[in-house]
Amino acid sequence: MQKHLLGLEGVPREEIELILKTAFSFKEILSRPIPKVPTLRGKTIVNLFFEPSTRTRISFELAEKRLSADTVNFSASGSSVQKGETLRDTIRNIEAMKMDMVVIRHSAAGAPHFLTRCIDAAVINAGDGRHEHPTQALLDMMTLQERVGKLEGLKVAIVGDILHSRVARSNIYGLQTMGAEVAICGPKTLIPVEADQWGVEIFYNIDDAIRWADALNVLRIQLERQRTGLFPSLREYAAHFGVTRARLEAAQKDLIIMHPGPINRGIEIENDLADSEFSVILNQVTNGVAVRMAVLYLKSGVTETLE
Amino acid sequence: MNDPQIIAEVIDGRGLERTLARLAHEIIERNRGAENLVLIGLHTRGVPIAQRLADLIRQIEGMDVPTGVLDVTPYRDDVGRRHEVLKLKTTHLPFDIDGKVVVLVDDVLYTGRTARAALDALMDYGRPARIELAVIVDRGHRELPIKANYIGKVLPTSLGEEVAVRLKEIDGEDGVFLVTAKREG
Repeated sequence: MQKHLLGLEGVPREEIELILKTAFSFKEILSRPIPKVPTLRGKTIVNLFFEPSTRTRISFELAEKRLSADTVNFSASGSSVQKGETLRDTIRNIEAMKMDMVVIRHSAAGAPHFLTRCIDAAVINAGDGRHEHPTQALLDMMTLQERVGKLEGLKVAIVGDILHSRVARSNIYGLQTMGAEVAICGPKTLIPVEADQWGVEIFYNIDDAIRWADALNVLRIQLERQRTGLFPSLREYAAHFGVTRARLEAAQKDLIIMHPGPINRGIEIENDLADSEFSVILNQVTNGVAVRMAVLYLKSGVTETLE
Repeated sequence: MNDPQIIAEVIDGRGLERTLARLAHEIIERNRGAENLVLIGLHTRGVPIAQRLADLIRQIEGMDVPTGVLDVTPYRDDVGRRHEVLKLKTTHLPFDIDGKVVVLVDDVLYTGRTARAALDALMDYGRPARIELAVIVDRGHRELPIKANYIGKVLPTSLGEEVAVRLKEIDGEDGVFLVTAKREG
């Protein structure tokens, strides 16, 4: 077992299985009348969020509190970062106040890796640039496993802005390690050129992806991307790549629909479909807390695994 | 890790059945029946033992006693003090424990730390009327002020020894053995 969780690239299958298995155990704890265990009592965890985040930050914070860790939150706005402090100085100062783990979200790919060279604490990547978002992919896999029973052989299509998506990258690494088949689907401008080396199916037509897949992971279209000219308009994107009930009915398939949030209703996914029987979007959110508890527990000051 | 060597067989297969039968009788004698009872097995070997006790109580009293499974790992007092992560197991308590008499079931009572963790875990589920502890073997060396209500056998041991309770469901055979302690390395 690695000390840090920086990404899912290269993480062996046994480790992903252990995280998922542990997450299911923690999910049961979350259903108790008192959904809190003393496991990480006395541990201090710092949440460093250099990029805005609501869901991931709350999910990590809740996971830490459910494990009885002490938490400190740091967000870039209104902090020393705005006064020009470097990432290295920020983290060294926080480390001097004694902490055991760091959860970091940063707009620069590789920021979590950089941290591991500055400090001794275990580092958990909560999303770095366009690189990876491992806990999101783990909660996606947990949700699929919960629904289907296994990941081996499952066909998962990731739809949308693959180019800018760390969620897509982590999902591809994780799902392929677990023996699932992965496809990506989106307009050519949002599929990176190196995608043909990822060992995934590539669809430029959403109906083809729907016909192929057992599950769709629908990514958020970042509204600010429209200005960069990568697609003509949100309406056009919705018309060509929006996942709708009509498209599912045309393919006559019971797909599982996931979305990492926040949803642009009516753009990448039809309004009512997000709340339909196909959707596991809220299960993903619930499972997110359990997965993050599992990761924090398994990385809590450990050097090796049992057995 | 050296494989533990068997020093002596303490209870054989038939003996273990008799011990369990006596424990089942003691539980219903003390509780005047099985009306308000639930049995909760502690991982790993407490789980099949609790199931067997429930089966025996059903034969004697003619009623089903709910059984559950409890993993105390998240409540242990040595998380983060060990250089390894303990794997979590499942917890399944498909009933309300409020107002119930909970009998915790484990194979061996030793330091008492597992029982302490189990007590904390149960408090997060509700407020039982009473919590009791049933074990196959009490081997001594308590580190906490804890004692069992139902004991199959009191077995004085040295720290260089361990007690291995073997069960058909897990180990393929029944019996209690005194073995040499596992040594690292």
